[in-house]
Amino acid sequence: MDLDALLRCVGTTSCVVTQLTSGMIIGMLLFLIASGVTLIFGVLNVINFAHGSLYMIGAYAAWTFYQLTGSYFVSALGAAVAVGMLGVLFERVLMSKVYGSNVLMQLLVCYAVVLISDDLIKIIWGPVPLSMGMPPEFRLPPIRFMGGVIPPFYLFMILAAMAIGLLLWLVIVRTRFGSVVRAAAINGPMVSALGIRVNLYYAAVFGIGSALAGAAGALAAPVRSLTPGMGFSILIESFIVTVIGGMGSIVGAFVASIIIGLTRSFGSIGFPLFVDGVMFLIMALVLIFKPSGLFGRPHR
Amino acid sequence: MTSTESRRASRRQVLKGAGALAAAGVIGAPAISKAQTGTIKIGVPTILSGRVAILGQTSVGGLKVVFDKFNAAGGINGRKIEMVVRDSKGAPQEAAKVTRDLINNDKCEIILDAEASSAAFAVQEVIREIGVLCLHSNSETSSLTADPKLHVPTAFRTARQGIHDAIGGGDYAAKIAKAKGLKKWATCSPDYAYGRSNTAEFMEYAKHFDGNIQVVEESWPKLFQPDYTEVVTKLLNAKADAMYSALWGGDLVAFIDQANLYGLFDKQASFMVNLGDYGVVDQVKQFPQGVYSGGRYNRTVPATKENEEWYQNYVKTQKHKPTNWSWENAVAAEFVVEALKKTNGDTNGKKMAEAIKGMTLKSQFGTKGTVTMRAEDNTLVDYIIGYGVSLSKEPYVSDFQASAWEPIFELEKQWKKKQGYIS
Repeated sequence: MDLDALLRCVGTTSCVVTQLTSGMIIGMLLFLIASGVTLIFGVLNVINFAHGSLYMIGAYAAWTFYQLTGSYFVSALGAAVAVGMLGVLFERVLMSKVYGSNVLMQLLVCYAVVLISDDLIKIIWGPVPLSMGMPPEFRLPPIRFMGGVIPPFYLFMILAAMAIGLLLWLVIVRTRFGSVVRAAAINGPMVSALGIRVNLYYAAVFGIGSALAGAAGALAAPVRSLTPGMGFSILIESFIVTVIGGMGSIVGAFVASIIIGLTRSFGSIGFPLFVDGVMFLIMALVLIFKPSGLFGRPHR
Repeated sequence: MTSTESRRASRRQVLKGAGALAAAGVIGAPAISKAQTGTIKIGVPTILSGRVAILGQTSVGGLKVVFDKFNAAGGINGRKIEMVVRDSKGAPQEAAKVTRDLINNDKCEIILDAEASSAAFAVQEVIREIGVLCLHSNSETSSLTADPKLHVPTAFRTARQGIHDAIGGGDYAAKIAKAKGLKKWATCSPDYAYGRSNTAEFMEYAKHFDGNIQVVEESWPKLFQPDYTEVVTKLLNAKADAMYSALWGGDLVAFIDQANLYGLFDKQASFMVNLGDYGVVDQVKQFPQGVYSGGRYNRTVPATKENEEWYQNYVKTQKHKPTNWSWENAVAAEFVVEALKKTNGDTNGKKMAEAIKGMTLKSQFGTKGTVTMRAEDNTLVDYIIGYGVSLSKEPYVSDFQASAWEPIFELEKQWKKKQGYIS
């Protein structure tokens, strides 16, 4: 524990700005992944344990599109769309078969997908880590703000993640599609009885959730080394976010992502050896005092 | 969005599932290998998946170059060498299990432990029980062979050793620090045995050679950590004059990519012991220029005909560039081949160990054209170590300064006394 260092940091504007943006960067990437997990859970009531693999495939897809097109924006969009379509396929072929099954059956199906996708990545792209590198348009000196340092690409990442989150919220809250999805989340059979093909909506939601993971992978690709199995570690953190925020709540995922991001950025200064411990501690406290999560609704 | 249907999974089930998934990820599944009779089977536990799969890939490459040549020459008494390679994913418990399987089920007579330090200690304990010959070809953690409590008579190390790099590197860093006035230092190394011991030893000797050096910040990212943002910003906030890092492989690639965004390498002098390896330099898209880079493997160090030929042959046969792990494993394979010649093909652990103990081999990786397996602690000495300055293109390193071994031997002896390893 180095609380003196933490206090010194909090008392310095440059340190606060740098660590705040650092926390937001970590948090927003987590948010994109966790929002997909929570969206799929909220509507379909399944826990997609293979969500980390979709993130990984998104990163590799972005790398490939980037090699082919040379355009980062086309690559990121292409990766999100490709992973979204893959998600629809995954839902129709596999996940739809285990709706209503025991959670361990869902886990088994997802774990099989995790293993298969890791091996396919190794076969297609090889076991050696790949690096996309920073696209030329972002190879700029870091922005100085109140003494703090903010890399332009990270600023883009934060804004892109926030924009995607806002768009997702608007689609769910303000559109007819969103109304049907919310209705299906509460009572699917009733929506179906009204003549709406709920299965198509389920597939679409799974596709959107997957596309979010793909987008997160594409955003991470320029700054993280791409390896088979890279989705596993981020999946654990995204589950922590989902549990803290409340399962099924996108707003909850947003807030919890920021909490985890800031815990990691300031924790690395104040309690570097106990950052993971604090994250799990926060989750434990939420489970004890508000078991449904900060923004989740109690289960009936 | 919440559903009221009875099929809803409870939070407890979610957590159980996440736990089960985590456990499954750790345990993994072993690979399958085929056995042949009449061959000398050598088991190779290593890392073939994940961010440091390059370690296993280029380790196996180093072994193959030597064993293929041995087999092409007819082997020994008609027996050829067959490698049985298994993926441990770098997990200690998996490495121990794989090593036992290789010996007990695959009937391997020799173990070439191409694991990183995190798993090499687990392999060492298996060897202690079973007593076959083992050469640790990648673990650089000094205590593995320096600590007499860990000593196993049939286990040797052909990897470079942390304390040797630390003394040589500390001397080099102190000279730069004195010349440039680098007093405040930060460190950033992986949080496991190798990272901790390597960094402590490097800083100890940097301070030994320059008393003005002080460590003002330490960062210990986890092994295979995907995101270094908070580590980089912490280093920025420390405002140190210089940084030392023992990050390696894909972790180092990710760190450099993320540190570049903050311009970290422009703000301080950086010393990275594992930077100058082909697996890293080929992957980093914005390779930092002017960083002080430890010698790993480079085709121009030493700039000899033999080294260039070895590099060309490796690339031609293995279809990728060699790394530090390649030469360490090639040396391990050469020790095995020479020992087999001495024992006339007898793979008995004790006999092979007697043959290897104190053996000197002709090698292009040695400072004087030879490397020696030091008898007192079963570890390799006289290999080339040193530091140079990174370049963003071939040959990736300039002004390489090889460390002299005599001062290393002297300070290593003092270090061992201080650790209580010798009296």
